[in-house]
This record gives sequence, structure tokens and C-alpha cells, in this order.
Amino acid sequence: MPTILFRVALFLILLATGGMIVFIIKQQKSVFTWSYRIFLTGFVFHTVFLVQQYVALGTAPVLSLKSSLGFFAWTISGVYLLFQQRFRLMVLGSFIAPLAAVLMLASVSLPGIPATVVHPLFKSVWLPIHVLTVFAGDGMFALAFAASVMYLLQERQIKRKRFGTLYSRLPSLETLDAISHRALIWGFPLLTVGMVTGAIYAQQALGSYWRWDPKEVWSLITWLGYAVLLHERLTVGWRGRKAAVLSIVCFSLLLFTFIAISLWASDYHSFKSLEGGLTS
Amino acid sequence: MIQIVSIGMNHRTAPVELRECLARELGNVQRALDAMRESPAVREGFYLSTCNRVEALCTTEAPEEAHGMILSLFSQFGGMDADALSGSLYTLEGMESVRHMFKVAASLDSMIVGEPQILGQVKEAYLQATQKRTSGVILNRLMHRAFHVAKRVRTETGVSDAAVSISYAAVELAKKIFHELTGRIALLIGAGEMAELAARHLIHQGAGEIRVANRTFDRAVQLAEAFRGTPVYFEEIDAQLLEADIVVTSTASADPVITYDQVKRSLRKRKNRPLFFIDIAVPRDVEPRVNDLGNVYVYDIDDLKSVVEINRAQRAEEAIKAERIVEEEVLRFERWLKTLGVVPTIVSLKQKVENIRLAEMRRSLSALDGLTPEQMQAVEVLTASIAEKIIHDPILTLKRKADRPSRDQVLDMARQLFDLDET
Repeated sequence: MPTILFRVALFLILLATGGMIVFIIKQQKSVFTWSYRIFLTGFVFHTVFLVQQYVALGTAPVLSLKSSLGFFAWTISGVYLLFQQRFRLMVLGSFIAPLAAVLMLASVSLPGIPATVVHPLFKSVWLPIHVLTVFAGDGMFALAFAASVMYLLQERQIKRKRFGTLYSRLPSLETLDAISHRALIWGFPLLTVGMVTGAIYAQQALGSYWRWDPKEVWSLITWLGYAVLLHERLTVGWRGRKAAVLSIVCFSLLLFTFIAISLWASDYHSFKSLEGGLTS
Repeated sequence: MIQIVSIGMNHRTAPVELRECLARELGNVQRALDAMRESPAVREGFYLSTCNRVEALCTTEAPEEAHGMILSLFSQFGGMDADALSGSLYTLEGMESVRHMFKVAASLDSMIVGEPQILGQVKEAYLQATQKRTSGVILNRLMHRAFHVAKRVRTETGVSDAAVSISYAAVELAKKIFHELTGRIALLIGAGEMAELAARHLIHQGAGEIRVANRTFDRAVQLAEAFRGTPVYFEEIDAQLLEADIVVTSTASADPVITYDQVKRSLRKRKNRPLFFIDIAVPRDVEPRVNDLGNVYVYDIDDLKSVVEINRAQRAEEAIKAERIVEEEVLRFERWLKTLGVVPTIVSLKQKVENIRLAEMRRSLSALDGLTPEQMQAVEVLTASIAEKIIHDPILTLKRKADRPSRDQVLDMARQLFDLDET
């Protein structure tokens, strides 16, 4: 049953992604409207799946890379839906939906033995808070990343005075910059709260706030990267190209931390190869 | 048989003096509609008058007379001989006329193809026709289809996307940078005609404030007044660069007026807000290197010209798609028009009733199983005659109205009541 829920969600998100790609080519509003509805339905299925998992496990369903990827895709979808409400920018979906779809595909293609016994350590109330805030922040940053990529594509065309097919399909530079900015403003506090609650959780579970675990170190580097970006934006007035480039660099760092470090170089944050579940 | 006829002139067939002549008086539209309503030759009439076209469209059973009547209307408005006028006119009949109307509404027949104003003008003209009660069943349908075509062309093709004049192209670019121009400050350096045109476009798009700097301050004041803007001294440009969002330069200066260092200095104080230079001066007023600065965009006159060129080419491609849409809709309209006769309506009415009867018979077949062939025959006859009797009076009414002026209304009503039109 739970896998069916996820598969339905995956199918709908893939369908919506296809639709949104068709939309960016064909520019027919009805194509977008339907894709958006399908995407929303997929998101609902995904949400139900996660709730079911949460209830079954008694904790946030992020104990393996497989489930974390899925969860990341879910927060990205959620953040996208929020921003779509605010900015009503149809083309945004054409960039975000593929990202969510790829993460879900990666999740579904990874082998994973469903965790049956969950270590009591994972039953702390701090874990869901830690995970939810970190991933919500990551979702925001994913959106900032997509907007930054769109910004660079658009700004390149305007600067070089060569207009491709994307020119008319992408929104204005100011809009894209505003989306990046907004996503950063929301994402950074979320990430910060996520790291603090993580530390509290670590103190409770492992007896120390900070253990220089590789994932912690890399997360700190990512956090510093975003801190610099936020600082430059708010005080120096960085914007546009420079901010977009840094946002993309930071997001690459984030993905690196999330996937590579989690897999190979971590202690208790590790998903310990791929089967997931129960570490230390 | 009812005919659709349109007569008119546009920017291709008539020189601007003549079009002006016909379009000059505002009351002409009302007078034309009145005249068409009075004329026995004209059933329904529509009259469109813009700066690029004047045309009349009518439905009639006597095309020759209607044509003559409209021609005399034109010659009366233009104050010239009908023969002299006819060289500048085109006359279209039947589906040609429908196709033309669709194209006009979709801005495919405009001087600047894709310009959006024409649809509003057509809608306004149609409104006047309905107020003067010169529009009827056919015209109503025709105009609504025309609006539909215009919408399809706008959403399904890129015909109206691309800017084809330099100042318009500049404004479009500004929108791709700033999203909207509301509240943006535009600084004009130099007060030439092109700058004025660009300023007009900027204001039209909602630009918040215009400031004008010119070597001769008098002229700056003059131009600023025209746009309710602020004149500034030429020496103030440095300070103005901190506030402006869009800078239009058009001085006759031989040396650059805006230098790389000057702009670079201003950027940090501007907090890197984007700055868009539209340099329409030859030789150029803005050092080309300025474009290398972050968040600064410089377009000179050649850049804008090439944007316009690309847009023209694109628009031509999209126009083919638009033609296809028009063709589709013309065929659809033609099909509808053919059904708007007494005989076709009676045929489809009979067909519809017979279909219902047969469907109901089939449904009750199992219940009628026990009947003998004779009884079965009787049921057939019974149902058929009920059906026939029910539509007998409507058919008689339709036949009686065949030659009355109210025929089209009755036909239209009948088709609606019995839901005879394909959707």
C-alpha cells in the first residue's frame, strides 16, 4: 500500500513534469493548468504517503537515502506550490518539476529494505523538527537555485543581445531575482533552525552538541555560503548575476553534502551504504 | 440568398490623406450606421473607422444596391466623386469578407501586424452597431467569431509578441529587465525626436517619472513639460545616475556622454539596482564597455535595429500559423451560415425528431416483445405521427417566415430551441 501511494505520486509528478515541459515549448496555458493540477494531486498523494510512513515508523521517514531523496522532492514540490501561489509564474514549474521528478526517480530506483525496527534514538521529538526545517530550507534553496539558473539564462541573452526561444518564455530579470531573494530569506532561517535543533537532538541522543562529523562540517560550510550570500544581498546590495552564481554554487554544495557525504563519509548521519535504517 | 459584403480601404489601398478625410469626423460612424439601417438593401450593417482603415460590412439580398449605397456614403463623407474613390477601395463578398473581418480583428491586416489596439476598436465599432440595432443574427455571430479568432491568434501564435519598432523594442527590453515600469524613473539625455518617442512609449507603459537633461536647458524644460517631468542640468547627470532606472541618450555629442568609470562609480551607491541604457545617438553616447558592468545593460541603435529585424522574421513565421487559424474559423462559420436557411433547418429538425423517436423505440423494444407484427406496425405509425404532429407547427411557421425580414431571427431561435447547431 505505501509503495503504491508513492508510485502513484511519482507517476503523477512525472506526468506533470512532462506537461510542464510541453508547456514551455508550446506555450499553451491549458497545458500548464492541467499539469499544475496533476502536480498538485501528485503532491497530495506524496503527502499521504509520508504521513503513513511517519505513523508506521513513529518518526520522520528519512532514515535512508532512498526515503530522504523522496522527502527532499516533497519539500521542493511544497515550496514550489507556495511560490506559485505568490508569483503565479507558469514557467517556474518547467524548471522545478523536473528537479522534483528526478529526485523521486532516484529515490524509487535505489534499493531499500523497509525499516521494521526503528532504533529508539530516532524516536525523539527533535528529529522530525530537525529534519523538517532542514529540508524545508533545502526546498527553498532548490527554488532559489532554479530561479538563479533561469536568471543566468535570461541575463545572458539580454547581455549578449542574442535572443533564443527561451527569451520570450522566461520572465523578467527582476522577477527572477525577487524569487531567489525571497527563497533565500525564507530558506536561511529554516536551515539555521534545522541546524540548531539538530544540535539539540545530538545533545540528547549522543551527549554532545557538535561532533565534527563530516556531514556537520559540510553543512556548516553550506550554511556559511548562504550566510555570505544573504549578507551580501542585504547589506552590500548584491543582486543579479553575482547573487545567482553564488546561489548555484551554494546549492551544489548542499547537494554534495546531502548525497555524497551522507553516503560515504559520515558517521551517524550516514545512511550506511544504501539499505538504510539503523545506524549506531 | 443572403450575402455578406464588405467595402473599405486600409493603409495599403489608400493614402493617408484619404483615410484621414473619411475618418475625420467622429459622428461619421453613427451617420453611417443610421444610413445602413434606413437602406432597404441592407439587412445588417457594421462600420469601422480607425486611423488606418475605414470599412463597412453588411448582409444583404441585393449586393449591387448595397454596394452602391455604401459607396455613396463614402463619397459623401470624403467629399469626393464615387468614381475617383473606387480606385482606393476593395470590395469583398461572401467568405472573402468573413476572412477579412477575422484578419482585421486578429490584427493580421494591420500596418504593424499584431498591434493590439485594433481588437478594441473593432469591439467598440460592434458595440455601436448593436446600440444602433444594425446588427442581427449573422453579424452577431460573425463578430463574436472574429473576437474568438483574435483571442486564438493571440494565445496560440507569437504574432503579437514581437516588437517591430525601435522604441517599442526598447520598451519591451526594459520590461524583460524590470518586469514592470510602474514607478521607474527614466532619464532622457538629449531631447531629440527619437527620445521623445521612446519617452512616450515608456510613459504609456507606466513609467513613473521622466527627467530630461539637455545641453540647452530651455529645450529640457520644454520637453519635461510635455511629459509632466522634471528638467535637470546637464551637469547633474552624475547624481541622476544614482536614481534613474532607464536612461535614453540621444545627444549630438561626438564624444561619449556616459563613460564606463562614471557608471561604475554609481553602481555601489545604487545598490546594484539594474540600469538600462537605450542609446539612440549616432555616434554613440554611451561607451560600449558600460555593457560589461554587472546589472547594467546597454543597447545602441544597431542592437535595437537587429532586435526589430529578428522580430519581423519571427512574426512572418507566426503569421502563417495565424492564417491557418483564420482559415479554420472561416470554414466553421461557412458551415454555420449554410444551416441558416429554411430548408436546412427543417431538414435538421425532422432528422432530430426522427432520431429521438428511433432511439426511444429501441429502448422500449424488450417491453414490446410480445406484440404481433401488426401491433408492432401500429406502434411504429403511432410514434411517427406523434413526432410529426409535434413539429408540424414549427415547420409551418418557418415556411411562412421564409420571405419575411424577421426570418433570420426565427431561424436562429428555432435552431437554439431545438439545439440544432453543432457545437
